[in-house]
Amino acid sequence: MMHQTVAATETSLAIRGLQLSFGAIQVLKDVNMEIGRGEFIVLLGGSGSGKSTILNCIAGLLDITDGQIFINGRNVTWDEPKDRGIGMVFQSYALYPQMSVRGNLAFGLKNARLPKDEIARRIDRAARILQIEEYLDRKPGALSGGQRQRVAIGRALVRDVDVFLFDEPLSNLDAKLRAELRVEIKRLHEKLGNTMVYVTHDQIEAMTLADRIALLRHGVIQQFASPDEIYRRPVNLYVAGFIGSPAMNFLKGRIEGGDFLFNAHRIPLAGYDGNPRDGEAILGIRPEHTTCTLGNGGLSAAVELQENMGAESVLHLSLEGQRFALRTSDDTRHPEGTRLSLSFDISRASLFDPQSELRL
Amino acid sequence: MAKSRASGRPFRLFRNINAKLAAIPMILTAMVVFVGFSAWTITYSFTRSRLLPKLDFVGLGQYERLWASDKWLISIQNLVIFGICMLVLSFVIGFLLACLLDQKIRFEGVFRTILLYPFALSFVVTGLVWQWILNPDFGIQSIIRGMGWQSFTFDPLNDGRIVIFGVVIAALWQGTGFVMVLMLAGLRGIDDEIWKASRVDGVPAWKTYLFVVVPMLRPVFVTTLVIVTAGIVKVYDLVVAQTGGGPGIASEVPAKYVYDQMFLNQNLGQGFAASTMMLLTVAIIIIPWAYLEFGGRRRG
Amino acid sequence: MADITFEGPYGRRPRSRISAQNIVIYSVLTLVAIYYLIPLYVMVVTSLKGLPEIRMGNIFSPPIEATFEPWARAWSSACTGLNCDGLQRGFWNSVRITVPSVVFSILIASINGYALANWRFKGSEVFFAVLMIGAFIPYQVMIYPMVILLRELGIYGTLTGLVLVHTIFGMPILTLLFRNYFTTLPEELFKAARVDGTGFWGIYFRIMLPLSVPMLVVAVILQATNIWNDFLFGVVFTRPEYYPMTVQLNNIVNTTTGVREYNVNMAATILTGLVPLLIYFVSGRLFVRGIAAGAVKG
Repeated sequence: MMHQTVAATETSLAIRGLQLSFGAIQVLKDVNMEIGRGEFIVLLGGSGSGKSTILNCIAGLLDITDGQIFINGRNVTWDEPKDRGIGMVFQSYALYPQMSVRGNLAFGLKNARLPKDEIARRIDRAARILQIEEYLDRKPGALSGGQRQRVAIGRALVRDVDVFLFDEPLSNLDAKLRAELRVEIKRLHEKLGNTMVYVTHDQIEAMTLADRIALLRHGVIQQFASPDEIYRRPVNLYVAGFIGSPAMNFLKGRIEGGDFLFNAHRIPLAGYDGNPRDGEAILGIRPEHTTCTLGNGGLSAAVELQENMGAESVLHLSLEGQRFALRTSDDTRHPEGTRLSLSFDISRASLFDPQSELRL
Repeated sequence: MAKSRASGRPFRLFRNINAKLAAIPMILTAMVVFVGFSAWTITYSFTRSRLLPKLDFVGLGQYERLWASDKWLISIQNLVIFGICMLVLSFVIGFLLACLLDQKIRFEGVFRTILLYPFALSFVVTGLVWQWILNPDFGIQSIIRGMGWQSFTFDPLNDGRIVIFGVVIAALWQGTGFVMVLMLAGLRGIDDEIWKASRVDGVPAWKTYLFVVVPMLRPVFVTTLVIVTAGIVKVYDLVVAQTGGGPGIASEVPAKYVYDQMFLNQNLGQGFAASTMMLLTVAIIIIPWAYLEFGGRRRG
Repeated sequence: MADITFEGPYGRRPRSRISAQNIVIYSVLTLVAIYYLIPLYVMVVTSLKGLPEIRMGNIFSPPIEATFEPWARAWSSACTGLNCDGLQRGFWNSVRITVPSVVFSILIASINGYALANWRFKGSEVFFAVLMIGAFIPYQVMIYPMVILLRELGIYGTLTGLVLVHTIFGMPILTLLFRNYFTTLPEELFKAARVDGTGFWGIYFRIMLPLSVPMLVVAVILQATNIWNDFLFGVVFTRPEYYPMTVQLNNIVNTTTGVREYNVNMAATILTGLVPLLIYFVSGRLFVRGIAAGAVKG
């Protein structure tokens, strides 16, 4: 009981033992999250990972099978969406097409029988914050994608709630606009200080927006941590492979007396962040944490292809029959077949158990 | 051909020649049947043609006679009553049924199948079944009288004042399912996230239907309106089978008037004039619609 | 995770399966469904009763002694004004009308649709627009000139003439159906075939026609039902010996000679409705797709 009152002042949103099944299909398996006031949380995962499902459960748009949901210390598990103190922004914007922007913002408020001047005040505020004042009287059909998205955010804003839910709000926009609106959402969060839960499949959005990322797979949270932590210390092989592009390189080998044995090579593990025991292991090393020098010595690989991206380039190598990617800001051109000798920044590498796939 | 080939460019007419040849049936149908035949009928509606069509112009004579004919006036009156009842009732009932079926219910397929099967039947079949059910000696009236209410009277098919409503009952039975299916398709086309948004906004379902969904379905309504109206103007076999136009001439409709004048009364000129009036009615509905639909599409 | 407290509501929101709302929905739908089924039921029970039983009882009561005699009479010996060999003549006429009409109208319309979708030529869209507008012209406007045309061609009153009429008047809707279907197929497919040197007919028969099987099925359902149910064209364009089933049914029921045999009439009515009903129940969703595709244009 004590715990609950304490939690209520700090925790904005709590999910406990959340399960969801459709018949025999288990979509969410025991999801637990505690989200602090003002945190920006991103639910990240591929399609079918259950990320949008969690959001719909929080919103009350799906009836959960088991578990509890608290918002602002209040148990809202059985509450209607409108009573949960949430606002939601949808992928397709879901604006009411026959109403003006103002009508869209006012529809829910009018229905809640708010006084007229209060409705006007809230709409003005939202319009000012989102800079949509000029087109308040236009219909959604006459707006661009980015403007529509702002109106959709406005509809959540006027509800004057503490928790905002975003369901892939930027995936219908083109890449340039997406990058712009991403920054705007970040600014909005800083300005408003609300708790935000944001669903996306885009890891760049996740990395740039989130205070913490919950990475999901098959309805199970794999890791729930800051972007930095997820990037640096992935808890398992799946997380390691999901985050980062090009993906992390994996080398199969074994640990023996503080060294990692890969084929005939012995890579010292001094400086590794952890205490791995001897045995079978997989070494994960990111393309950007590998350096290379021309030559044939030590761990050496042959260049297969070079992708030049201007500021940096990615080398696709063949390392003893295995593919290996390397990112470098050095713009030297390496013709196919060039031999490079590699060295790893072991302090930023990860080791995984091949059986449990967990980080060592 | 040889000449044009020599100049390096095929003769225009022969470009795409196979496609043009293949389209000949369509071109003939469009230009000869739809345009040509209609023009022919309109032209001959200004003539004195009786047993055989002949170009003996009488100006608007046929139309004057038409609008002075009781049978035609009753036909028009019936068409108006029938049309209004059909439109209002089939739209209201069809939309309500579509909303009910849209509630994620069990056995949706069974209900839909039952509500739509009459649409698969011929108007003749529909007319004859309802003629039987409305039969005063054996049908509804006799059953209710048999239950003790001796003075109960419901005999639309033999009462000239209400006979057209007897036809409406049958037509509704046949056509409402169709309207419902169109509306249901429209409802299913609405983005699920609209419903979610309105739930988060706390708007009750009926209000969402009224203020959000119905306005969004406007194109479906318009299309359905056009199709149903075009069907109403053509109504013929239903009346022939169910009432034969009777009692007397109480349930005559324009399409039947045309047929009777052309093929039974050897009064072609009247038939042409009446069918031209039908064409005019349809045109009044179709032209603004086509203008909106296609004019709007070009802009979009 | 020791601090999980299951205080207050947890798990699935308790919601009774039989809420007031559901009771209303299901009872309204059930009542409407019963209303819709009544005519079918009445048809069937009436057709299975003997005449004396019909005269005594009410139309809803099930037959005391079911008899198939009315069906047999309706099929082989019911009288129209002209002859007394029942509906069978009409049935076979309808088959002989429907089958070729369906084949020809679909063949021609699919070629039209293909030409319109993939081989646009100058004016093709104009002809198509005229065709579409033509779909709304009341048939009454065009039937008399059509009679003259068929007479000139020497096929007035014959089955051939009626097949031609059905092919012509079925063209707008079917052409629209196929044109829209072909435009949804990837254009690359068509381009690839052209680059390979396949011609107009080659592409049609070897690529487009095999790909349009789903649309062909929908079109067959649509056309077979429409043509089977036709009454007006049957009356206008054929001689009595070639009358389709619907016309013959109407003549059997609505010619008042002697005693009205209600049971035979209803048996005849069911028999006539049987073919479209079978198509409808077997094809199910495809039927719905057909009418929806035909209706919601675009």
